[in-house]
Amino acid sequence: MHDFTPVSALLGGALIGLASVWLLAANGRIAGVSGILHGLFSPLDARQGQHDAQWRAWFISGLLLAGLAWQAAGAPVPVRVGFPLGWLAAAGLLVGYGTRMGSGCTSGHGVCGLGRLSLRSLVAVIAFMGAGMLATYVTRQVIGVTS
Amino acid sequence: MKALASALGAGFLFGTGLWVSGMANPKKVLGFLDVAGDWDASLLLVMGGAVAVTLAGFRIFRAKFETPVREDVDFPLVAGSALFGIGWGIAGYCPGPAITALSTLSTESIVFVAAMLAGGFLNRLTARA
Repeated sequence: MHDFTPVSALLGGALIGLASVWLLAANGRIAGVSGILHGLFSPLDARQGQHDAQWRAWFISGLLLAGLAWQAAGAPVPVRVGFPLGWLAAAGLLVGYGTRMGSGCTSGHGVCGLGRLSLRSLVAVIAFMGAGMLATYVTRQVIGVTS
Repeated sequence: MKALASALGAGFLFGTGLWVSGMANPKKVLGFLDVAGDWDASLLLVMGGAVAVTLAGFRIFRAKFETPVREDVDFPLVAGSALFGIGWGIAGYCPGPAITALSTLSTESIVFVAAMLAGGFLNRLTARA
């Protein structure tokens, strides 16, 4: 386990948690990234019958700006080159389809749902963690998909 | 305007947390999911650190706001989460890290995010039919 980074993991996790509390306190919204993203393109999903794309776009912009600021600060940016694009595209399709069908991802069900002590989210987290570990095992160890 | 500023700020803080924690690094994510390999438990602490804060913070603010009310466990929840998990386990990206990684304009982040959006639209098409 030579890649174990407990301090940055806990610190980064706490920042993610703080951001989620902030969005709930200031906007009354759950910081579920897949839901925020999908809602950006689907007016019908908006609450109270009106399209609420604006705050979603600003949250997504914040995510992108954080990446730009991270790079501007000269912090290390991990690059992975050579991972098969076909597998990436298939994975992206599954993530987009699945998060919409399951109403959430690592942030909405994980960070926020567990924080709300939601049974639905706990079941979702067990399902995607289990499926994720199985998929990594099959693609990495059995098929040999790596970069 | 205030609501948009806080959305931007929360997104920025969230994204920074993804970079600091290593979640924005798909190799590190796969290192966690690869329990049969050289297992890296770091992501457990990312989730633990985040949930410790939301558990405490949501207690204070939750009553004032609308939060999801459903508590039923149904097929779409489990199947959808499993499909998401398979995609996550293949590539090492979940939605948040994929979006913030898009800021690097790397080919893999562009391909992944485009496919992720397409997957969302596809679900919408099939759900309506």
